[in-house]
Amino acid sequence: MDFSFTQEQKRLRQEVRDFLEDEVGRRLWKPSCDAWIQGHNPAFTKRVAQRGWIGLTWPREYGGHERSFLDRLIVTEEMLRYGAPAACHWFSDRQIGGSILSYGSEEQKREFLPKIVRGDIYVGLGMSEPESGSDLASLKMRATEEDEVYVVNGQKTWTSGASFINYVNLFARTDSDAPKHRGISEFIVPMDLPGISRIPMIDITGTEAWNDLFFDNVRVPKKYLIGQKNTGFYHVVEQLAYERGGMERLMGNYPLFDALVTFIKETKRNGRTLSQDTRIRHKLAQLQVEFEVGRLLMYKVAAVMDAGRPPTVEAAMSKSYATAFEQRLANTAMDILGPYGLLLGDSKFVPFEGLASHSYLASKGYSLQAGSREILKNIIATRGLGLPTS
Amino acid sequence: MNLALSEEQEMLKKAARDFLEERCPKSFVKLMEQDDRGYSPELWEEMAALGWTGLVFPEAYGGSGMSFLDLAVLSEEMGRACVPAPFFPTVVLAGLPIMNAGTDKQKGEYLPDIVSGKTIFSLALLEPELGHDPDAITVEATRDGNAYVISGSKLFVPYARVADYLLCVARTSRQQEGVTVLIVDATSPGIACTVLKTMAHDQLYEVVFDQVRVPRENVLGQPDQGWPLVQSIVQGANIAKCCEMVGNLQWVMEDTIAYAKDRKQFDRPIGSFQVIQHYCADMYTCVEGARLCAYQAAWMLSEGLACAKETALAKSWINEVSPRVLNLAHQIHGAMGVSMEHELHFYTTRARPVEVGYDQSSSYLEAIAQDMGLV
Ligand SMILES: Cc1cc2nc3c(=O)[nH]c(=O)nc-3n(C[C@H](O)[C@H](O)[C@H](O)COP(=O)(O)OP(=O)(O)OC[C@H]3O[C@@H](n4cnc5c(N)ncnc54)[C@H](O)[C@@H]3O)c2cc1C
Repeated sequence: MDFSFTQEQKRLRQEVRDFLEDEVGRRLWKPSCDAWIQGHNPAFTKRVAQRGWIGLTWPREYGGHERSFLDRLIVTEEMLRYGAPAACHWFSDRQIGGSILSYGSEEQKREFLPKIVRGDIYVGLGMSEPESGSDLASLKMRATEEDEVYVVNGQKTWTSGASFINYVNLFARTDSDAPKHRGISEFIVPMDLPGISRIPMIDITGTEAWNDLFFDNVRVPKKYLIGQKNTGFYHVVEQLAYERGGMERLMGNYPLFDALVTFIKETKRNGRTLSQDTRIRHKLAQLQVEFEVGRLLMYKVAAVMDAGRPPTVEAAMSKSYATAFEQRLANTAMDILGPYGLLLGDSKFVPFEGLASHSYLASKGYSLQAGSREILKNIIATRGLGLPTS
Repeated sequence: MNLALSEEQEMLKKAARDFLEERCPKSFVKLMEQDDRGYSPELWEEMAALGWTGLVFPEAYGGSGMSFLDLAVLSEEMGRACVPAPFFPTVVLAGLPIMNAGTDKQKGEYLPDIVSGKTIFSLALLEPELGHDPDAITVEATRDGNAYVISGSKLFVPYARVADYLLCVARTSRQQEGVTVLIVDATSPGIACTVLKTMAHDQLYEVVFDQVRVPRENVLGQPDQGWPLVQSIVQGANIAKCCEMVGNLQWVMEDTIAYAKDRKQFDRPIGSFQVIQHYCADMYTCVEGARLCAYQAAWMLSEGLACAKETALAKSWINEVSPRVLNLAHQIHGAMGVSMEHELHFYTTRARPVEVGYDQSSSYLEAIAQDMGLV
């Protein structure tokens, strides 16, 4: 057993921190909550790519560095600590690249992975549909095989970042007679194909980072099918574990945590700082305990991945735990801020630029996306603990 | 970073589990709950013969020279089995501080007999008023020639009745931190032990010292400056106790899941009801977190790293989740869980961390708050 980091890992962490300090110092962007999914900043992604921090775990021949998942966790942890705008590359670095590596053809690996690593292309996730959320296998979007193409028709919803992505990692039905899990295929589809349109969705925070995507007779060349036809759902199951088990589940609103700690140290009410009020001090300490436990759960996920096992149960556990932590953090911030918590980012008296009100609202979505808390607990119970389904 | 036990630790764990499953079934735990001494000298000898009492002590004293982390692994298994034996007080509360703070003479005198299982030790720390800081130590040891004379009452002293020696934390100076740790021969005149009736019948005592004379050479560590030693005793004890509680909770979880698979209502296993599944998922998450933070602290102590924060983290988390896990376990067991027929009660009564120090979660939260710079 060893809970420490190697010298090389400490160096890596320091390098990432120095880089981010410099970026923040030069005001290239402002730290914000949920910037891993909402902060699209192509120039930032380019600079991260130049450092070699995208595709860190991938084979060298495709531009990766063959580093461990633990190393990747260190990089992402620091990105999140600084609230860095990493949305352009986050999904491809986290899961789509991995899916191409696991199931894609040699040609696909050579085509896509180096471009992702260089920060040249951004890929989004096209899974959910209006009628298919948790029950993803029930999805209706159709991809009908013709000579050289699959003709895709249907709708996706909630697609993050569809305004800037160049490709979408799409799941569509290729056999409607097969049982629902066995008729789905995975594609990587260029967003500029004729017949794709989008309508932005505005979420509860007023952010326009999500989209309804419509496919109207989109002719997708067959070379964009990933892996075997009709095995797509099995890819998803693995991919989702990667999607769930990352530090963004715990640290999506870390900038709020940071700001809150500073705020209670500096703010005086009734002649003393808030941090001198035992109730408030202990609330924050309690959050810190929960945060540290969550962090250990996340490191466990990376350890399992480095051991070569898919972290299905560990990722489900860490995500269901961590998204609840994010919500408690936001609730605590609102509680401490009182009426100031209600203010939006551009209000006159708003504390820390509205991180609290933003996160209070946004954190509701994170215990739903990528596997709702309930679905994750089902997974822990049935896959992790072997409880019967009937 | 490597979150797995080593091969040797896995072997130790397995050997301990196999041995305790055979030699320490719940029927035996029950028997010991009713026993005046609360342990069986035969089992104690066997544990010593397996090298458990000597696990962490240097080979020079007959021990195996293994690490605190190895002890943590063993503690977890003992917690799992609810072992009724004076292992924790002898090895953790007394043996470790003697090893760490004792003179060569003291080590030579006491450690070999701890290793061989010949002597039993305990720690007399808490007093009726409780409290965390040195002020809480009011039992006085006054100098009289070449001896100290101790008078006063100590509470919650584990296995005091069968202890050959007690480490007694006493006030020897008016200065706030002016306490001294004394090694007291438990057969000295003036010592009276009264058993305290506890939920688990697990051998906690009131120990009254009435003019008990202790030779000066029995000071452990520095006279009048024993507080840091007390803190280090409490820290090691807290971490070992956390690991023991991880063992408690792991058993509770496994037992509960087995029960949920087995028990049928409405013609199906109750474990197929989603609400029960989610309770189980919650238990698992609590226990996994407990395991990670307990072992993180144990690893750090083992490596000689400062780990006040990690200890506070483990204590805060485990204090919080232990009752949560037990409540869920009881809920899932239905009425059977509150019956003496079922084994769950052994854990419900034991997975309470109180005997190490005045154990209140807020003090650990306070430690975390200070680490965060919240003052
Ligand atoms: C911020 C955000 C970003 C997103 N980004 C993307 C994206 O980029 N790409 C994409 O494809 N999708 C995205 N999604 C969609 C997301 O994947 C879905 O929200 C998720 O799959 C849940 O589906 P649903 O919202 O339709 O809820 P539903 O599936 O309708 O669930 C509603 C409620 O019922 C519960 N429930 C459902 N089934 C069960 C069951 N078997 N047992 C117990 N309870 C159950 C759920 O837990 C939940 O509480 C995003 C969502 C959000 C909020």
